Amino acid sequence: MRWLTMAFALLLAACGGQQTATPTFIAEGNPPILSDWGMMVSDGRSLTLSEGVLAYDLNTPLFSDYAHKQRTIWMPDGVNAIYREGDVLDFPVGTVITKTFYYPRGDAADEVRLTTATATGWRPDGLDLSDIRLVETRILVHRESGWIALPYVWNEDQTEAVLQRAGDLQHLTLVSEDGSRQALPYAVPNANQCAGCHAINNTTRQIQPIGPAARHINREYAYATGAQNQLTAMVEAGYLEDHPALDAAPQAAVYTDLSAPLDDRARSYLDINCAHCHNPVGPADTSGLHLNADAPVGPNLGLCKLPIAAGGGTGGRRFSIQPGQPDESILVYRMEINDPGSMMPELGRSVRHEEGIALITDWIAQMEARCHQAG
Amino acid sequence: MKQDIATWVGAGLGLSSLLLAGCGGPAERDVASADRSYQNQLIEQLIDAQPGDVIEIPEGVFAFDRSLSLTVDGVTIRGQGADRTILSFQDQAQGAEGLLVTASDFTIEDLAIEDTIGDGLKVNEGENIIIRGIRVEWTNGPDTNNGAYGIYPVQTTNVLVEDSIAIGAADAGIYVGQSRNVVVRRNRAERNVAGIEIENTIGADVYENVATENTGGILVFNMPNLPQPGYWTRVYNNHVFANNTGNFGHEGTPVASIPAGSGIVVNSNDQVEIFDNQIADNRTANIIISSLHSTGYSDYAVQEDFDPYPEGIHIHGNAFSGGGNNPDGLDLQGLKLVVAGPLGRMPDVLWDGYFDADKLVDGEMPAELRICLNNGEAGLVNADGPNGYENPSVVTEAHQCSLDPLPAVELALANP
Repeated sequence: MRWLTMAFALLLAACGGQQTATPTFIAEGNPPILSDWGMMVSDGRSLTLSEGVLAYDLNTPLFSDYAHKQRTIWMPDGVNAIYREGDVLDFPVGTVITKTFYYPRGDAADEVRLTTATATGWRPDGLDLSDIRLVETRILVHRESGWIALPYVWNEDQTEAVLQRAGDLQHLTLVSEDGSRQALPYAVPNANQCAGCHAINNTTRQIQPIGPAARHINREYAYATGAQNQLTAMVEAGYLEDHPALDAAPQAAVYTDLSAPLDDRARSYLDINCAHCHNPVGPADTSGLHLNADAPVGPNLGLCKLPIAAGGGTGGRRFSIQPGQPDESILVYRMEINDPGSMMPELGRSVRHEEGIALITDWIAQMEARCHQAG
Repeated sequence: MKQDIATWVGAGLGLSSLLLAGCGGPAERDVASADRSYQNQLIEQLIDAQPGDVIEIPEGVFAFDRSLSLTVDGVTIRGQGADRTILSFQDQAQGAEGLLVTASDFTIEDLAIEDTIGDGLKVNEGENIIIRGIRVEWTNGPDTNNGAYGIYPVQTTNVLVEDSIAIGAADAGIYVGQSRNVVVRRNRAERNVAGIEIENTIGADVYENVATENTGGILVFNMPNLPQPGYWTRVYNNHVFANNTGNFGHEGTPVASIPAGSGIVVNSNDQVEIFDNQIADNRTANIIISSLHSTGYSDYAVQEDFDPYPEGIHIHGNAFSGGGNNPDGLDLQGLKLVVAGPLGRMPDVLWDGYFDADKLVDGEMPAELRICLNNGEAGLVNADGPNGYENPSVVTEAHQCSLDPLPAVELALANP
């Protein structure tokens, strides 16, 4: 294995002028360019993660307009995260998490391709950019004062990403595999909007990561050195003190894994896509709709529940979930519509997630009818 | 009954769109020459704001294509006047509201928020909120596709909404939800589905407002499955007239069941005192007292301790004139015919007739839980909802009583 790694490194070096960078924890201020953090480097042809920067995936990810995402985590020497069962891992000050959003390139400028398969340019430790359009990289950094979110937008040459705290709106076109096109007004969130998802408790309003919870990252990743469980890889990298036996650690269902029960897949999808707001202390607790993984089945999960302040988001439907009747369920309508005033989630998508809609539709369809209307 | 109301509302809606089309309707603001360069500057000011900051927005029309948000406590946003500083969201492609505030000690004053794709101003959880002299408007006029709420504080404490204007919301112009200690005064709510709505809120004084041309003028509601049931609302010295706009709300929303021509509506809420208002020319009824039972909910989905009955309602000293002459929907028309005849009008207070039989003591409702009407000539009709609206009757006599006045809300604001 080590021989192979060395050979690979030599090969990369031979390809010429491989840049390197040193990951850095920047304790204050707003670094104007992504390179300041040293997590990755790009020469416009390939993006390379720096040494020690560990990539990871989630069992079921948040849908973001079919963007592909490369997630990384890094910590300074001498500190590590502590395992937590239900919540995100307890990360030390100094932790830097990145998420790079990219698409396979389309034929024309500002065209990007929709593919649910792994993008051709994906590498275990970076991206081959020849067929990839980088859009943005978001940084979440844990400082003494708490977590801070900073959005960086990639330049045209794909050599650098520039801090854009006010966010951005890019008018892209999304081309499906069958050649059909749809407008994709891709919104880069502004720094305050980052809190719209990452402040999952609307009383304390502390920003925190959402993805790196044990249930989401308890899975294998195809590292350059071979496939390995991500929690174990984090322990080996010195980023996580320890973890319980893997089969004792929680594991969210992969929403596309047809061997998993439908209920688990649907709840996993709702958890990662909705529960950052729709939890009992989240910004959407005003609606009384709770979609977190451990929310009990009942009205607060949406069954036969009247909307509170959905406005046009009801789509003329009466209940959040009408068991057995996805076409009568507000939940499905709000996934199907693209009007920003009515759709869900409120931020982070502008096109429909067909696979997610199909999943939630199937889930509601197989529920036993039970809304007896009174009055 | 509900279905018929919905049908009638649908027909009315069709008619009003025809009328609108006929007269051209209000003209949407032309933003061709609006300032588009200011957006990023304001977003960065909001991101960099520190407690104590005042963000001054100059005079002008400024266009935005994304929503704004503020997450820092103690900030004031101030324009140069509700007709001088205009934030237009006609180009909006992202965000569920114009301005989202998740912060305390917040003041916003003297500006307009127009044509947002979703809600206008939403304040989600916070204390000491002052909303003063702003205007939130959908400039195209009433339209089902307008945003839901104009001015929308929710889960807030110590809230003052004053001297503001809300026009064209597809749900409620001014909506205060799940809050405590609220004063809503001297505002104007026009051509919304609900003009002013107080929902699941504890302690609200609603006074000296004008509500007209909405579907329903002023609403005091309780909804189930929320963290907090509301009670204790005083609605007084308001002018609530001609709220006869066809219901253009989205089916499924709580306000979609409001008949056009509703003046003041209390639904499932307790301790509501309605007094010294001028209430006129609301064609279904000047006041409606109702239960969640009349809004088409599912009994599966109501938390067990939810109280759907309006109790401790006290109506006195209001000046009624007109109204009740042409109720919305065939069933309500029929009801009027039965109780008032073809030329008569619905009594000023329409009660759906639901009450909590478990609370009766010797066949009588305890005094403090009663629906009391002590308002001169005004009458009260029981629509007999529990019996399928079979035998509606005028029961003014049986509801002639008084309740102790509710205490005033005292805002703990430094500068109310």
